Amino acid sequence: MSDPILTVEGLKAYYRVGQFGKNLDIRAVDDVTMQIERGEIYGIAGESSSGKTSLIKVLAAAIRPPLQVIDGSVRYDFGGRIIDPTKASKAELAEIRWKHLSYIMQGSMSVLNPVRRIEQTFRDFAQRPLGLSGAAFRARVEEHLDHLKLPTSVLRSYPHELSGGMRQRVTIGLATVCRPEFMIADEPTTALDVVVQKEVLSLLRTVQQEMGASIIFVTHDMSVHANMTDRIGIVYAGRLVEEGPTRTLFTQPKHPYTAHLVASLPMIGDTRPRPALEGRPPSLADPPKGCRFHPRCPMATEICSREVPPLESVGDRHRSACWHADEVRPLVEPAFDKAAGGVRA
Amino acid sequence: MSTILDVANVSKSFPSGGILSRNTVDAVVGADFQIEEDRPEIFTIVGESGSGKTTLARMILGLEAPSSGEVQFRGEPVSTSLGGRQRRAFMKAVQPVFQNPFEAFNPLKRVDRYIASTATAFRDLKGRKAVDEAMDEALVSVGLSLAEVRGRFPHELSGGQLQRAAIARALVCKPDLLVADEPVSMVDASLRMAIVNLLRSLRDDLGVSVIYITHDLATAYYISDRIIIMQKGRVVEMGPARAVLDDPQHPYSRLLKASVLSLDNPGGGDLTPARDLIAASDDVLARAGQSRLVDIGDGRRVRQYG
Repeated sequence: MSDPILTVEGLKAYYRVGQFGKNLDIRAVDDVTMQIERGEIYGIAGESSSGKTSLIKVLAAAIRPPLQVIDGSVRYDFGGRIIDPTKASKAELAEIRWKHLSYIMQGSMSVLNPVRRIEQTFRDFAQRPLGLSGAAFRARVEEHLDHLKLPTSVLRSYPHELSGGMRQRVTIGLATVCRPEFMIADEPTTALDVVVQKEVLSLLRTVQQEMGASIIFVTHDMSVHANMTDRIGIVYAGRLVEEGPTRTLFTQPKHPYTAHLVASLPMIGDTRPRPALEGRPPSLADPPKGCRFHPRCPMATEICSREVPPLESVGDRHRSACWHADEVRPLVEPAFDKAAGGVRA
Repeated sequence: MSTILDVANVSKSFPSGGILSRNTVDAVVGADFQIEEDRPEIFTIVGESGSGKTTLARMILGLEAPSSGEVQFRGEPVSTSLGGRQRRAFMKAVQPVFQNPFEAFNPLKRVDRYIASTATAFRDLKGRKAVDEAMDEALVSVGLSLAEVRGRFPHELSGGQLQRAAIARALVCKPDLLVADEPVSMVDASLRMAIVNLLRSLRDDLGVSVIYITHDLATAYYISDRIIIMQKGRVVEMGPARAVLDDPQHPYSRLLKASVLSLDNPGGGDLTPARDLIAASDDVLARAGQSRLVDIGDGRRVRQYG
């Protein structure tokens, strides 16, 4: 029995810009339908200008012109409280923010106010949703940081006094202090070194499991997805092109773009030549007709340039939008099947 | 066999604090390696931020003067104060590729003009036709063509294309050595391997040596011939790339390898940080004052403490 916390149906969000008296639509989110279950980490993968940030903006109710929701619906279910961020009033949104829905952003330097101590930033963000007085609030924040194994001395620091990894841990602390049910993490570890990246990911996952929260985790780095997420949605040029459990996407991709993304990951201990994808992502103002991937797709046939492939089920919880989904094979034989004891041939 | 680049016991320290402060930060301590003339290779410098890898690259390019030691290019010292003609000869032979192509190119200048100005400055080319031919040759070797690039501004190209154009710009003066500082970290996932494969083909087909600076061990393993691993300014391990990364000896190299996110079990995510290796590499860092690189055979060297 599925119990989705977030249901997105037929969502279209365009940047509508007037140019020389003509309206130009930049179709950043085009017909996206997906569901996110309670307690899962859902990864969104895609390259820059694929529309993943626009999708998140809509989901986080940060819709500012020229971005407009053209069609479709977004529905959060916070323990029976149904809310659509595209239609909700400011007051309603203020009520769910931080308490039910929070974010972890990429540049921790621009999230944390540089001229305020971390403690004041905590107050700015979380005191109102928590509804606690000064001393009780401070005690609550200290307890929370303690729990995350962060020194409470960071509360007295300014952001520039902390290392990048510590700042990113503080933003995780900030995003989780109100124990939200849903978090959006946008490239939270992209700017970090490998050693610190692993620690921060591990912290985020531990907190998520304890709270039973759901996370939308956005990154272009497929190796982070492999280790962090339960399911992945692959976004290409504003459309969801494939979605499925993480393991399935890595072992049995059913969209040529996914197959390429997985195959292009180099690994230590493996020097087989890795294929590179030619061409460039299309412009969202004037996307190609039919399947948006067809100009770069090695498997494209005539139908691909004519008709948009629907996102259809190709297996257990696995959907793909490709006319030739049955014929897609992994481009490089997955080496990890041997290591993992041959699960899924 | 002659040495093309000789980095001889090079150190760099920067003053830190106010102008009256005597504190210094050691960015690079005693880096020492050679690149041979007739054996093109990809020589990789790996390290985290703050490891001194970019400072080392800037010293190789002659943009920064070493505090001690010397960088020699074909037996001549590389210095920030070279005279015009020497400087030009050096720049023709050693070319940089930077991390972010959108910052490397002037947004108001057409991409082909930038490549053309490099071509006319460093090659003895007469007439527009010769310049165009040289540009086309360089662009074709990176998988673009002059027709594709001519008249385009940087924002009209994708990150991957622009980074390739940046490499073509470096190649147009037929260098012997490319210094590529994190050339793929700003490039999209689907285009990243195109750049990495390109570096490999520069070595194999054009015989250009590449100093590849990165924090990504996986691409380092994929293309490098030799590798050095730097921790806070000190080289802690060096040797043939595959041998070093298959079986790293130094605690810090082992930590870096253990921190690479594995693809062995997608969806089953094991994210436990290697606490013992973190402690071990912090421990050796504290004792770095009395340490030296020791030969352990097969061309490998590891820093030992005591």
